[in-house]
This record gives sequence, structure tokens and C-alpha cells, in this order.
Amino acid sequence: MSTLDRPTPVGRALRGVGLVVIAFAWVAPYAWMTLTSFKSTRDIVDAPAWPIPSSFRTDAYEEVFRTVPVGRYLLTTLVMAFSIAALQIALALPAGYALAKLRFRGKKVAFLLVLACMLIPPQVTFVPVFSLLGPVGLVNTMGALVVPFAVSALGTFLVRQALLSIPDEIIEAARLDGASELRIVYGILGPLLRPTLAAMFLFSFVYHYSDYFWPLVMTTDDHVRTLPVAIALLREQGTGVRWHVVMAGNVVLSMPILAVFALAQRQIVRAVAGTRT
Amino acid sequence: MRPKHAIHPYLLLAPTIAILALFFIYPLFVAMDDSLYRWDLLTEPRYAGLSNYRELAASGALSGVIGRTLGFAVVVVSGSCSLGLGLALLLNRPGRIYGAVRGAVFSAYVVSWVAVALLWMWILDADSGVVTRVFRALHIPTARWLADPDTALWAIAFVTIWKITGYAMVVFLAGLQSIPRSLHEAAALDGAGRLARFRFITWPTLRPTTAFVATTSLIMSFQAFDVVRVMTQGGPVKSTTLFVYAIYEEVFVTFRVGRASALVVVFFGILIVLTLLNLWALSISRRQRKVAA
Repeated sequence: MSTLDRPTPVGRALRGVGLVVIAFAWVAPYAWMTLTSFKSTRDIVDAPAWPIPSSFRTDAYEEVFRTVPVGRYLLTTLVMAFSIAALQIALALPAGYALAKLRFRGKKVAFLLVLACMLIPPQVTFVPVFSLLGPVGLVNTMGALVVPFAVSALGTFLVRQALLSIPDEIIEAARLDGASELRIVYGILGPLLRPTLAAMFLFSFVYHYSDYFWPLVMTTDDHVRTLPVAIALLREQGTGVRWHVVMAGNVVLSMPILAVFALAQRQIVRAVAGTRT
Repeated sequence: MRPKHAIHPYLLLAPTIAILALFFIYPLFVAMDDSLYRWDLLTEPRYAGLSNYRELAASGALSGVIGRTLGFAVVVVSGSCSLGLGLALLLNRPGRIYGAVRGAVFSAYVVSWVAVALLWMWILDADSGVVTRVFRALHIPTARWLADPDTALWAIAFVTIWKITGYAMVVFLAGLQSIPRSLHEAAALDGAGRLARFRFITWPTLRPTTAFVATTSLIMSFQAFDVVRVMTQGGPVKSTTLFVYAIYEEVFVTFRVGRASALVVVFFGILIVLTLLNLWALSISRRQRKVAA
């Protein structure tokens, strides 16, 4: 510290001002959302720009829970996000093991396929997938939400890279002890990669919990509706002045993710910043 | 290593390969094939040759959507990269307050697009939004941000920058932390000031990181959809119809699957180019870091 920073009072003041401005720019919108959600319809109509509600009411939340089956949609969303994240890891481990450790014909082709699929986002595949699943009655199912994401090409690649640095001797020793290949993959290699896998799981879970695009295009009726789609509908059905209700829905939608973020910020940042290494 | 049994590697890979083939590779060919037909999802598809492509090009719809998406991407990439770098430089120090502010900026990247889009719709609302009201009270000219074709795309770009700057910041922070402190200290001893140190140490080391962040955000902004779907539905008068939204609209609003597929094929071509650019940036950044280490 000492050789580098001799903060002048002006420098320190500027830095302080910068901090306040940044914090305001990123925290104030959340505060605005939360404050709005406790307002009444009258507050929204009479004084929409006044931050403090005339009295803190839970009307908006009651309306959200009355008009939207929040519990059911939340459950659908959690089941979907959890299944995707779990499947991605369960399938990336054996595939990564084969690609990193085993010798076999066609390995190069298989690896190239995985790399190629990293270039293909859902925004490219949704039209053909929809036109394939539509006629056979597979849209509007949990399967249409989960199965296309059961494999993450990036995840498979990352697991393969991580396994490369694990010495072969560990696997040979396990084989000598009579462990089956599946036991080696899930019982020995899985635990060794725990930090990588945890970061992958969290990132995937958070991403798919929040995803709007795929559930929007793959579902048209409400029995597999996810929470982001339902909350966005809240606005479309609204008459335009019921912003307190929309913001209450927003709070309900964001809270679980902000809670996960608060608990696991370090892993999520690692998963995001780490994709470049 | 030699597999215990010759069949094992294939069995271990089977589910992965099957799903990738079925949901990633095969759809590409389906899209190419569909793009040669006229199809409304209900009646039988009719073969139409390349007419979908020809119509998209001739009507100006294609160049319009490419130009709009490109302009949007340029604004978003330059905005989020420079802001992300600035925030990383300012917030790259220990302490609780700095940690909390970093967390706040990055949280926007994690929260769902729907929440962010709805929130800013309310803040920017032309009648009762807080921005409009405050501007009016201060006698600053205001606009109907989302309802005016001249400002709507700017508003969408602004919201996108607000959301993804946290990503740029986090990657720049990782880049900054890989610069050895001794380098700065040595330069400081030689009398290099803050600006000189940025110019001759920080910036050259971060340049590959910058290329990587820029190309990644470029791909992100080409894939923008949620924010458009929620905030403007492509309007007013198409001013916010970005590429993915245009594809969506052809399928779910006008039911022209053939045309949508033609757009998908073009879109995929563009993404391939962008991704090659991205990989190139990544490989430079790796090489440079190896040299540094």
C-alpha cells in the first residue's frame, strides 16, 4: 500500500463520490422496486414519483398471490432449474471422463462435436426444435423445458479440462481395487472436482431459474408455466397503472435468486470470471 | 488410458452425444431445410426454393434488422466494456464497502431479465415513471423513452448495459488481479504516476482481457431477446426489432416458419463469425498471460 497510494484529500473525496454514485445507480432501482411494491393504487396514481408509500401495505402482494398461483409456478421453475443443473453434471462427468482419460476410436470426432455445440445457442435452435416438438405434442411438457438442456457442451468441456489434471494413477488404483467405471466416475472423480462442479451447478441453476426465452417459446398453456413467464404476463394483463402489483411480482421473482446470490456470491463470480481460463 | 472394456467409452458418451446431436446439430439441418419452404405450422409446407432469402433481402427487412442489431451491439459493447473497466479500476481494493458495491453491480447480471426489464419499464414510464417526473420537475426536456421510435432502442441499450456491466467488471477484476503488484511498486519507485502506470502496465496487460470481454458482450447483445420482448415487443414501428426478436415474431406472430428459418440460418452464420473472433481474443489473452507468468 504505502509505496503506491498516497491518497490526497481530493483523490479520496472523488473516490467517495464515485462510490456513492455507483452504489446509487445499482441499488436505487431495487429500492424503488421494493418501495413501489408496498404502495397502494392511490399512491401510484396520485404521487408516482414519491418514494415513500403513504402507508406500507401488502395489497399488491395479496393480489399477486391471488391472481398468480405463485407456489405452483415457483415449484415448476425450481424443479426445472434443479433437474437441468443436476442432469448437466451427471452427464458431463462420464462424458468428460471418456474424453479426458480413455483411448478409443472416434474420440477426436466426439470432442469436436462437443466444441462445435458450444457455438450453438438456444436462440438458433428454438425454431427447428419447436417445429419438431410441436407436431408430436411435446411442447407444453416439462420434458421440452429440461431435456434440450440436459447436456451442457461448455460444462462437458470444463469437466474434461479439469479431469486432465487428475493423475491416471488414481484411476488405475481404483481399478485394481475392483471399482467399476461408474463408481470411478461418480464415487472418486466427482468428489475430486467438487469446487468446479459446485460452481457449474450454481451457475446453471441461477441461469435456468431466470430464463424467460425457452419457457416462453416452448409452453403455451399454464400447467408447465415458469415464474418469469408468469410475472411478465402480470404486466401484459395489467391496465397500466397497477405498477405496485407488477413490482410485488418482481420482488417475489427476484428474492430467491438474490438470496442464492448473497449466499454463494464467490462461487457464482468464479463460474462467470473463470470461463475465460 | 486403455478402457477396461472397448465398449465403455461409447456408453459413457452416449447420452451426451445423443442429446447434442438431437438438440444442437440436427436442428441446424432442420432450419436449413425449413428455410426452403413456406410453412405456417398448420397446413402442409410448400417448397419455395430460395424465395424466403430473396424476399428478406429484397424487402430490406434483413438489412434493417442486421443494421439495428449491429448498432445496438456497438452501443452496448462500448458502454458495458468501458463502464466495466472503470468500475473494476475503482473497486479493485479490499474492504467491506468495496465488496458490497461490487456485489450490487454484479447482482444485476444474476437477476432475471424479466425482473430487470419490468423494473426499468416502470422507472422509464412515459407518464408516471420516476425519471419522467423528476425531469419534468427540474424542467429538463424529457421523452416518451419506450414509446418513441427515436429513443426506444437507446433505452433498451441502456437497460442492457445496466444489466451486463457487472459481467465485464468481474472479468476485468480477475484480469487486474493477475497483474503482479511488484510491477506497480517497481514503476512507482521509478517515479511513474498513476496515469503512467495505467498506460504502461495496466492497459497493455488488460488489452487481451478487453478483447475477450468485448467479443463476449458482442455475442450477448446479438442474442438479446428478453428485454425486447418484455419492454417493447419490437416497437414502436419496428425500432427495437432486434435479430432474435425478428425470428420470434416470424414464428409466433406471423406464423412464417420458412422465413424464420431463413433468418435463423443467417443469424447462425453471423454468430459463427463472432465466435471465431471471440476464440481468437481468448487465445491471445491466454498466450499473453503465459508470457507474463
